[in-house]
Amino acid sequence: MTKTEKNIRKRLTVKSSTKNLAKIRTFVKKLSTEVGFDDETANKIVLATDEACTNIIKHAYKYSQTGIINVNISLLSDKFRIAITDEGSHFNSNAVPEPDLKKYYEEKRVGGLGMFLMKKLMDEVIYSQPTSKKNKVTLIKYLK
Amino acid sequence: MAEFDVGKHGVGPISILNVKGYLDAHTAPELENAFNSLINDKQYKVVVNFRDLKYISSAGLGVFMAYVETMRENNGDIKFCGLKDDVFNIFDLLGFPLLYEFYKEEKEAIDKFNQG
Repeated sequence: MTKTEKNIRKRLTVKSSTKNLAKIRTFVKKLSTEVGFDDETANKIVLATDEACTNIIKHAYKYSQTGIINVNISLLSDKFRIAITDEGSHFNSNAVPEPDLKKYYEEKRVGGLGMFLMKKLMDEVIYSQPTSKKNKVTLIKYLK
Repeated sequence: MAEFDVGKHGVGPISILNVKGYLDAHTAPELENAFNSLINDKQYKVVVNFRDLKYISSAGLGVFMAYVETMRENNGDIKFCGLKDDVFNIFDLLGFPLLYEFYKEEKEAIDKFNQG
């Protein structure tokens, strides 16, 4: 069986607590390795997903642990897709500028790094709002 | 099993923090506590040894950004050593080598402090 024939669709649902980040990482690592990514690429996908979920916990749910995070993983036509949805407050990705580390250092700012990393580590990062109550971030890596 | 652990010991006036395991948004507060306790003790010369660190996310990187200025304002610094390639790559992606010193061996980082 070739890699492209091995289509998958899996879901993990967790509460919006930082203690669940480890569980999300294990889930993503296992599936990205199973579909054929090398260890280095799988680790990049894991980190990007961690950053997306950390942002949801921090910004959409403001550290409330009662929210829901859905992590949907699918592989279709060599596109490994991680769609993460939440029902917290809407997050305007366009309002976050690319970080300038020197400026950050001077201004003691530490936010915005996660989104920058996600864009660097993945082939595509797409923010959307499927319903008025749901936010979605989709991370895509091409299986070459 | 502890996900993350930070050990601390002193070499003369220099404090070594040994970070182990997984440093993410859940475990970053433990590292913040370690830095707060160094500041309380007026220990501003810090070497962070990453030899046993398996994973870091931006929440962990943010801790170093939040504390480095206090250390530098007090004649100290945070210097890094022992990073595995994949951990270093994350620091590199974010431009850390422009603002922080990285060393292979702990001894090199200590020597750099001792040279003044």
